[in-house]
Amino acid sequence: MTTETMEAPAVAAPTATPPHPLREFWGYFSANHGAVAGLVIIVAVVLIALLADVIAPHDPNLTNTTIALKPPFWQEGGSIAYPLGTDPIGRDILSRLIYGAQLSLLIGIVVVAISIAIGTVLGLVAGFFRGLTEIFIMRLMDIILTLPSLLLAIVIVAVLGPGLMNAMLAVALVILPHYVRLARAAVITETSKDYVTAARVSGAGTTRLMFKEVLPNCTAPLIVQASLGISTAILDAAALGFLGLGAQPPSPEWGTMLADAREFVLRAWWVVTFPGLAILITVLAFNLLGDGLRDALDPKLKR
Amino acid sequence: MLRFILTRVSLIIPTFLGITLLAFFLIRLVPGDPIETLAGERGIDPARLEELRKVYGFDQPILVQYGIYLSRVLQGDLGKSMITQEPVLSEFSALFPATIELATCAILFALLLGLPAGIIAAIKRNSIFDHGVMGISLAGYSMPIFWWGLILILLFSVQFDLTPVSGRIDVLYYIEPITGFLLIDTLLSDEPEAFWSAVRHLILPTIVLGTVPLAVIARMTRSAMLEVLGEDYIRTAKAKGLSRFRIVALHALRNALIPVVTVIGLQIGVLFTGAILTETIFSWPGVGKWLIDAIFRRDYPVLQGGALLLGVVVMSVNLLVDLAYGLINPRIRHTR
Repeated sequence: MTTETMEAPAVAAPTATPPHPLREFWGYFSANHGAVAGLVIIVAVVLIALLADVIAPHDPNLTNTTIALKPPFWQEGGSIAYPLGTDPIGRDILSRLIYGAQLSLLIGIVVVAISIAIGTVLGLVAGFFRGLTEIFIMRLMDIILTLPSLLLAIVIVAVLGPGLMNAMLAVALVILPHYVRLARAAVITETSKDYVTAARVSGAGTTRLMFKEVLPNCTAPLIVQASLGISTAILDAAALGFLGLGAQPPSPEWGTMLADAREFVLRAWWVVTFPGLAILITVLAFNLLGDGLRDALDPKLKR
Repeated sequence: MLRFILTRVSLIIPTFLGITLLAFFLIRLVPGDPIETLAGERGIDPARLEELRKVYGFDQPILVQYGIYLSRVLQGDLGKSMITQEPVLSEFSALFPATIELATCAILFALLLGLPAGIIAAIKRNSIFDHGVMGISLAGYSMPIFWWGLILILLFSVQFDLTPVSGRIDVLYYIEPITGFLLIDTLLSDEPEAFWSAVRHLILPTIVLGTVPLAVIARMTRSAMLEVLGEDYIRTAKAKGLSRFRIVALHALRNALIPVVTVIGLQIGVLFTGAILTETIFSWPGVGKWLIDAIFRRDYPVLQGGALLLGVVVMSVNLLVDLAYGLINPRIRHTR
């Protein structure tokens, strides 16, 4: 970074201090319109999830067969009371989507948190101790990576039993190798640097070296991967829900809603269209954010 | 070269052992005694239970049990389906051609659209076409394909009545399976109509399964092309006055394709994952749907054997891609 500042044209102010890291980050990040759009969508989804109790017009689980399969308000027979229509047992689709946002965000965050926590520790251990420990951990991760991710998740859930909790565990395990590899690679680059040697010479123990010295310097790739990981987690958990292996009805999880609505595809387009659209938009937003974060945080890609 | 092949092949042995270990131990996690599960709700006589435990080797130490399992797997014995009593391997091989047929069509679809789209986007960088390709491919990459399938059914089958909703072929036709690939079998049969029926059934599943690979291939081709187009030898070619077509087709494309080949190889795993969802939506009689059905029937031998076989298939394809890559690119061969 220092070289870049020095090479900067002297026109501005030769003595100017480098901008605050956060401000610099925002400069790179905001130049990417897609990333900003992704961030805006994510903030909106988070707000919707937090305010679900206030903004949802109906109880997401309240059934009323007299109004089953009402179309959205702009179609004949629809009413503004149920803006996006109702499902086969008369639940308001908009309200279910709003509460579904809570579930999807929860899934994304919990899955990635589990994966990062375990993955980082495994990666640090592999990078620090090398030898047999490393071979064992990395071979295991290679095996997980070899298997198609959803197949492995399906097998795990099939064995543990269907349900949201088991689905989240399965997806967390499936995305684990990415974090282990990242953390290990970062550790190996960092440990050869002088500051680590200095810390070691001044008597820092391995645990301190791992968590206090090296870990803070490999957060950037982990943050990028976390954002991309949330989109994978939401997508895979929804796929499991769709297959009947994830969240179980009547939970308003988006994938589960699609599974419930599947047989009505020929009669009511709205019951299948909106939940999937919600998944697509949310996943797209996290992917956009991840791409933007990578461009802004990864110094190797900076131009 | 021989050395390269041998190292690569030997590297998959631990992976194979790992997959069998996973398949072996995961099934142990199923709650309940396997023999009692086999017996079902009728219950079982305790003496018979002990006898069966001996027959199946459940009285042995766990490592010995794994050894027995491994040697059976290596002889191609993956157990029998608890529902149909058919060997898992023969059920798999009967259904696998349907999955391969679908996956092949999907990857061809992805290549035929993705390669040109990526190349043109790179040549016309920052044009509307480029932005369009990038936007669409990002959406494709984020697509929940199980929903995409339903939407396509909604549009093409329900609104326009163009394509059938499910299955591989109209029930009117009975086609003797010769190769297992319906497109070929129908051509060999004397019913030309059957071939078109099979094609119509393939269209939607192909699009659904090909969407994610299409997005990935278009993006990868574009960025590989952009990188190559910035190289000095391209400038030299331009300076020599070669036509634009010649530069792109002969000079740039060849080098740009190297990373693209790797990405296509990596898409095989994605394809099988997608096949599970696609086959479920379209009731496509392949191994993906078979696996999901097995879960709901609690047919654990099928789940265990099927997952193992799919894992081995993906592993072998990855190995082949690896070897092919070494063949195309001599630099890879000498790194290890």
